[in-house]
Amino acid sequence: MGESNGKRPMTAKTNKGRIVIDSSLCKGCYLCISVCPNECIAVSDETNEKGYHPARFKNTKGDTDHACTGCALCAIMCPDIAIEVYRG
Amino acid sequence: MEELVFTRPRYLKKTPFHYCPGCGHSIIHRLVAEVIEELGIGDKTIGVPPAGCAVLAYDYFDVDMGEAPHGRGPAVATGIKRILPDRIVFSYQGDGDIAAIGTAETIHAANRGENITVIFVNNSCYGMTGGQMAPTTLLGQNSTTTPGGRDARRDGAPIDLSEILALTQGSVYIERTAVSSLKNIIKTKKAITKAFKAQMAGKGFSLVEILSPCPTNWKMSTIDACRRIDETVVQTFPLKVIKDETE
Amino acid sequence: MDKKQLMRGSQVIGEAAVRAGCRFYAGYPITPQNELPEFMSGAMADLEDGTFIQAESEIAAINMVIGASMAGARAMTSSSSPGISLKQEGISFLAALELPAVIVNVMRGGPGLGNIAPSQGDYFQATRGGGHGDYRSIVLAPAHGQELADFTRDAFEYADRYRTPVMILADGMMGQMMEPVVFPEAVNPSELPPKSWILDGAQERPSRIIRSLILDTVEMEEHNWKLARKYRMISNEIPRAETYMTEDARLVVIAYGTAARIARGGIRRAREMGLKVGLLRPVTLWPFPDRAIREMSRLVKDFMVFEMNTGQMIEDVRLALEGRSNVHFYGRPGGIISTPDEVGKAISSLYYRQHLKEDR
Repeated sequence: MGESNGKRPMTAKTNKGRIVIDSSLCKGCYLCISVCPNECIAVSDETNEKGYHPARFKNTKGDTDHACTGCALCAIMCPDIAIEVYRG
Repeated sequence: MEELVFTRPRYLKKTPFHYCPGCGHSIIHRLVAEVIEELGIGDKTIGVPPAGCAVLAYDYFDVDMGEAPHGRGPAVATGIKRILPDRIVFSYQGDGDIAAIGTAETIHAANRGENITVIFVNNSCYGMTGGQMAPTTLLGQNSTTTPGGRDARRDGAPIDLSEILALTQGSVYIERTAVSSLKNIIKTKKAITKAFKAQMAGKGFSLVEILSPCPTNWKMSTIDACRRIDETVVQTFPLKVIKDETE
Repeated sequence: MDKKQLMRGSQVIGEAAVRAGCRFYAGYPITPQNELPEFMSGAMADLEDGTFIQAESEIAAINMVIGASMAGARAMTSSSSPGISLKQEGISFLAALELPAVIVNVMRGGPGLGNIAPSQGDYFQATRGGGHGDYRSIVLAPAHGQELADFTRDAFEYADRYRTPVMILADGMMGQMMEPVVFPEAVNPSELPPKSWILDGAQERPSRIIRSLILDTVEMEEHNWKLARKYRMISNEIPRAETYMTEDARLVVIAYGTAARIARGGIRRAREMGLKVGLLRPVTLWPFPDRAIREMSRLVKDFMVFEMNTGQMIEDVRLALEGRSNVHFYGRPGGIISTPDEVGKAISSLYYRQHLKEDR
């Protein structure tokens, strides 16, 4: 993914957060995308079994990899409890 | 060491919600379940779901749940609570349920100071039946029964039931919040916590009115529906602590 | 055994309810049954675990009973005809949710506001379910003070046994009359069999749901059949009828409650005239004692249904007989209480009209 030379880009800091989106629960309201401060979530090209394009965790902000801080704002906003958040 | 910092609360079953995309009900369900878990009352809580979109709430909450006829939640909750005063009893009601067909049951439960908690979800329409005018529909708001918008002279003006309930002597805590933004969601959870704590302390009737988006019947995107609450609905139903006599 | 006490009918029901372990009463004032909630307000206050609520409406009262029943209590509400109409939504829910409860209807004249005189105008409403949906309620029809006490006890037993609402169908006359009563032994609610289905918090057990919404048609059908099987079981187990002077009767009067009491007087007068007349009194109105009536039709070819209405139970009598015998009617609606003389005359004129005096 990304770097052809296999080196990680230099970022100000490496954030240690991660989310897991249960795409089967996602109804594509994208409220998570609207609240993520680091633009870590995008709309998936795939559809889930309900026919929605679920939210997808991309974990990048511009050129920055691992942008997720595990702040959980997306999960707090998600109406369908489709997001689990890990930190550390 | 990685730590799981956010997941499904203990007192919500793993059943996927049937609610529409962006519906506030499911956020509110989660907040109530989180509060039940945090207060450690899951094994002594009994919930009373309404008729309306949240009629299936018993499929989600993993606590004892007993169905009430439309609008009768506060009366059913009264019966349960009077028999089991050491249990925690909440009714969960929509705007039509609480402020139209169940007005009498609600006002009198509040007036008796029934030691119960009411979660009042105000989405300014009848959601389950397809978007008819609710008692809380805003003036000018289109609905399937107010084509051209709600007209005060024809349809009456939106009713502020929470303010009315605050006038009763038996109500101790009434707050209006919203689930339209992160800030409001966090405030809503605090309000729900306070309402349940009031009941646990035996103070009397507590109610949290929660402005909740209905993107489907408002015919809006989920994000626009949240914005509508923050910009428009709060003009008629301002977010505030309406009554607090818990101290 | 307790000693005999002289007591007003409405209060008899209240005292019997408390002795049956009833610990929750909610009601709304309506004549002619106000003595019952008034009695319950005092009786519940005297009990450590008793609850009395004067509700804001009949609808609220029956829904409070739903809640109390969910929580495991023996619960009761009472009213009179117009108020019972308002309770029908809740009674339908009680049936659907399979919750025990006792509902007392001290009937008055109707329809509409009607009047406050004794009537039997609510027979259809009581025995057909009354509310919406495919259900029945057990309906008990006491005729005097002692039965008010005994049947109130029975009502709570049936309600718990079958998890279904039970109605005691009385009228203003029974509610007001003072009669001697011996009460059954008091039941201690804590000694009643535990209920495995109540909502009291999911402590060391999975959470429970009590609901009537069944969107899946196949599941709903199964629920309906389950209720129907229960109703069939009830129909086999509890129908009751009482007979009076029927051994040699050629004409049998069928009447319940206050009407049956009046009919007895009429029958005695007819007997004095040498007419062979008896009484069959349905004690349970639902389930209706069809078998007892059918049995009797082997010897009796003429029945006279006497009701304090324009003819409601007569339909059940006809259904029970399926054309085996002639069914005649005498009734006075509107709160009129026929005298035994009047009923005696109705009996004798029918007797002669049907040529029953002549030898067979």
